[in-house]
Amino acid sequence: MKQELFEQRHQSLWNELTEQLDTLEKSRFRRQELPANLPELYRQTCNHYALARGRRYSPNLVEQLHRLVLRGHQQLYTRRGGWIWRLISFIAADFPQALRRQINYFLVALVLFLLPGVLLGVFCYLDQNLIYSVMSDGEVSNMAEMYRPDNARTGRTLERSDESDFAMFGFYIYNNIGIGFRTFAMGILAGVGTVFTLIYNGVVIGAVAGYLTGLGYVSTFWSFVSGHSSLELTAIVICGASGLMLGRAVIAPGPYSRLDAIRLQAKQALPLVMGGGLMLLAAAFIEAFWSANSLPNEVKYLFGIALWILMICYFVFAGRSKEERRHGS
Amino acid sequence: MERPGFSELTDTVRTHETPEGIRLQLRMAGPVVRACAWAIDALIRFVLYGLIGAMFSFFGGVGTAVMLILFFLLEWFYPVVFEITSGATPGKKAMGLVVIHDNGTPISFAASFARNLLRAADFLPFLYAAGLLSMLMNRDFKRLGDLAAGTLVVYKELPVERHPIPEVDPVRPPLELNVDEQRELIRFAERSEQLTTDRQMELASQLSSITATDPGSGVRRIWAFANWLTRGRQ
Repeated sequence: MKQELFEQRHQSLWNELTEQLDTLEKSRFRRQELPANLPELYRQTCNHYALARGRRYSPNLVEQLHRLVLRGHQQLYTRRGGWIWRLISFIAADFPQALRRQINYFLVALVLFLLPGVLLGVFCYLDQNLIYSVMSDGEVSNMAEMYRPDNARTGRTLERSDESDFAMFGFYIYNNIGIGFRTFAMGILAGVGTVFTLIYNGVVIGAVAGYLTGLGYVSTFWSFVSGHSSLELTAIVICGASGLMLGRAVIAPGPYSRLDAIRLQAKQALPLVMGGGLMLLAAAFIEAFWSANSLPNEVKYLFGIALWILMICYFVFAGRSKEERRHGS
Repeated sequence: MERPGFSELTDTVRTHETPEGIRLQLRMAGPVVRACAWAIDALIRFVLYGLIGAMFSFFGGVGTAVMLILFFLLEWFYPVVFEITSGATPGKKAMGLVVIHDNGTPISFAASFARNLLRAADFLPFLYAAGLLSMLMNRDFKRLGDLAAGTLVVYKELPVERHPIPEVDPVRPPLELNVDEQRELIRFAERSEQLTTDRQMELASQLSSITATDPGSGVRRIWAFANWLTRGRQ
């Protein structure tokens, strides 16, 4: 068939497809019904593109059809709308499911974090001078200042005490979630960065807790951290687990090529970082607006324990029914 | 694509085969153009940091909170927001680039989030040295974030401008032409508009053996062949 005849015959079909693509490309966020005949038009155009190339029609026409096919491909094979539902289903099911699937990485990260934490905690409790090999003098006195029993606003240093809870909220988000994200990213350096971050956090948190307990600041320190401890500590370990997954892909890709392993592991690790980020967001909220309040310590401990129990239940049970249905067991 | 072995070696065009059996051609963006895009984005972000810092420093605690939250969002989500809405950050858009999945589809939130989280690793030890090293070590110029997220940075396809073949009476070529030769004749006719008359004649003179002796009518002769090839004898 001559090129001109070919074009005359199919031009109206290409025009229709172009029009549909023009409207679809305007917005990816609105949930739009795909036109019923879009797949049909697209496949026909694919066919025409292949014919035009095979018959060596003019490069111009081939290029034009290629562009049309590319645009169709992008619109047909994409997900549109439903953002809020996906977020809800992520929190309700996908995140705890992902954590249960990757429980081994979580346990390794937990050990890497907990072991140095407990060791340093005990040692710093027994020997008040040991803390100085972990932190500088200034940091230690700052820390002691924050939790001195006669400090009117626990958990804030004196210079910071006039800053409102809001400012601390902003700071916790900027700092803590950033650290969580970096813990994941550094995993691609063969996991070294992640392991370092986990151990480092364990050492610092353990040392501070041990030191302050040894000083006798029990009521101020432990009541302050009890509220957000569950979410924050667990989120650190979860972000660590996601980084370890990346590191594992680099070190031991298993049956895959290294690049494929990285891609696969990153895909599976991503829910963990996203969930960890959301947990750190919630922890920042609690730390800023609850942890420094002046309610009786019993209430604060109770709240902290309740959150620990709730969180563990969430990770053990959330999304179970959906999971079972999917695996048909 | 006509000579896959050769063009794969020398070009940065990659193909992806769709479920319909069509091979999409994607043109990869190299380190230099991406560094330019990054520099533009860095400048925009720098200005935004300054503006936000200046604006919210007057509102006390709440202002500090909003400022720090905005800083956080700028640091981690600036590229994500632009990539999932329009496929490219302002810097990439200015350089004519777009981020897509390995399979040619528009980037999803998860992939965009992953590739931008890994910026933290790409940046190491200074100014994206790790990212550059990674880009130079694979065929698709992928930095670590692109490897993990399964994404590509490609040149945006520009709308194709059709150049009509100059209309003259069709003439049948005097000898059998194979399809590649036919295509070259059509391509010449389509491009004629963009060439100077001298250049047209210079090119046409190479075919003087099958056209006419004088170059001016040689050009018209090839147009006539192209007309015959695309439209038939009518």
